Amino acid sequence: MPLAIEAEGLVKRFKDTTALRDVHLAVPAGTVHGVLGPNGAGKTTAVRILATLLTPDAGRARVGGHDLLKDPVTVRRSIGLTGQYAALDEELSALENLALIGRLMKLSSGRARARAKELLGNFGLTDAMERPVKTYSGGMRRRADLAASLVGRPSVLYLDEPTTGLDPHSRNEVWDTVRGLVAQGVTVLLTTQYLEEADQLADRITVFNHGTVVAEGRPDELKRRAGGQTLQVRPTRREHVDTVAQILLGLTGHIPARDEDSGRLTVPLLDPMVMSALVQHLAEAGVAFDELGLRLPTMDETFLAITSPGGRRAPLEETLGGRPA
Amino acid sequence: MTMPAMQTPPQPAPPQQPLAQGTQRRRIGPLEAVGQAFSLASRNTIKLKKNPDTLVDVTFQPLLMLFMFTFLFSGAIADGDRNGYLQDLVPGLLVFCPLFLTIGTGVALCTDIQKGFFDRLRSLPIARSAPLAGMVIGDVVRYVLSIAIVLGVSTLIGFRIQTNPFEVLLAVALMIVFGLCLCWMSIFAGIMIPTPAAVPGILVCAVMPLSFGSNIFAPAETMPGWLQAWVNLNPVTLMTDVNRELLLGKGDLSSLPGALAWMAGFLVVFFPLTMRAYRRRLGN
Repeated sequence: MPLAIEAEGLVKRFKDTTALRDVHLAVPAGTVHGVLGPNGAGKTTAVRILATLLTPDAGRARVGGHDLLKDPVTVRRSIGLTGQYAALDEELSALENLALIGRLMKLSSGRARARAKELLGNFGLTDAMERPVKTYSGGMRRRADLAASLVGRPSVLYLDEPTTGLDPHSRNEVWDTVRGLVAQGVTVLLTTQYLEEADQLADRITVFNHGTVVAEGRPDELKRRAGGQTLQVRPTRREHVDTVAQILLGLTGHIPARDEDSGRLTVPLLDPMVMSALVQHLAEAGVAFDELGLRLPTMDETFLAITSPGGRRAPLEETLGGRPA
Repeated sequence: MTMPAMQTPPQPAPPQQPLAQGTQRRRIGPLEAVGQAFSLASRNTIKLKKNPDTLVDVTFQPLLMLFMFTFLFSGAIADGDRNGYLQDLVPGLLVFCPLFLTIGTGVALCTDIQKGFFDRLRSLPIARSAPLAGMVIGDVVRYVLSIAIVLGVSTLIGFRIQTNPFEVLLAVALMIVFGLCLCWMSIFAGIMIPTPAAVPGILVCAVMPLSFGSNIFAPAETMPGWLQAWVNLNPVTLMTDVNRELLLGKGDLSSLPGALAWMAGFLVVFFPLTMRAYRRRLGN
């Protein structure tokens, strides 16, 4: 498969920091590539370089086969950019924004408006398209942004943290849109702080930390490396610890780890549906509990798992239950 | 836990210098660039049409000055000759209009950069000059509107043009060129200053001495010597002299070369500074 994006040895220094050091990326055409990392990892810098907004201090990159530095105009013809740094004019309506972009992409004014209406229709913004963008909700704004980046029918789309700050519903809409675009053959480079998002959308993931690539692989590989979810139960009464251990063994097939001080039992969990069965079993056995929690691998944990071999730290908890009534 | 086979990142290649910008690099033709700049300038007109509060600095501000000085201060400054004072004030106020409006250019640019609209534009296959050029061209519409409104309203309260239409058009054209030269100071500020709210405060520090340290509102002869020295040098004074000649037939055009020299000076200083800041702040 031809590569839509290929970057070799990208280096970018700002005044007192090195934002990127020797970054390599290879994204086959028609796939979604996730760039995962915490704030300040260099994700946005990489996207801005690949979108011709920044010049790298060293290295080279080609997008759609065209060299970023030698032929930026041709690169710009084939890319779309949505994210933290590519917004619309808030005073204008979405229709005016998109029509303006259409005009700049050499469409006649009639065709620019038609294209704008078509795109905004696809994004469910027909009713709002004449309103100033500043009146839009976060989700609508993001959709309008996405629509704007598609005016020129890009073959490569950069989405820089497209769902940061969105509610789950809007987030799912953005995800569906991305899947739709990929089905049409668009190559997507997506940056995100969320493992789940990369997992949902990406064919491959590159993990950035402190401006370097620390891992690269398919989402399932990375997740296994980071460790899956774990289940934690702490019965209210110490004498119930054995009973709970039996129940956990029966449900998950793993012998739970015990924390002797607190009486907390921990077991790896692959199927989240076990949670409801567990609550039911505990109730039937008459076991009250102080703590019942599902721990997800956090970004921290992912990075620790990926960057330091064997180093897993206690993650944040998503406590799902408490004492049964 | 079994360790899955992990693809290692591709082997680092030997470090490479960015390729020199080759000759076959595709460029945007000048005609195309002009078209793009005009498309972007239309953004300003759309905003003026649908968002009347953007008209405040175009209309309200100069009119406020017109009324304040004509009715509030003229008695004190011109010893009761309100009508005579108005005749002298309006040509100067017309110079104040584009000067004052350049502040808005820097604010708008700074906002575009901060909000990310500028990056959206820069990711499009358009001429590098188009976003700035569009902004500057769009401002001409504001200058013209503002000049027309001040001329219209001041005529209603007694201002009378004494010259022929050709001279009036020449005066208007000169004021637009004046604005187009001075706006580069504002554009430079808009690029250098990180937050839009801070831009007007800093620009006012330049606009105030230029506008009030001139002969627009009071004759230079009434001022102390050190101030007169500045007032007689000030481009706004020189432009006001030229305007008084072109609109009232009062005086001569001897200040024109000085005014043009100032305009050229603003361009020569601020245009390259702006281009350098543009490339630096925006990473190219």
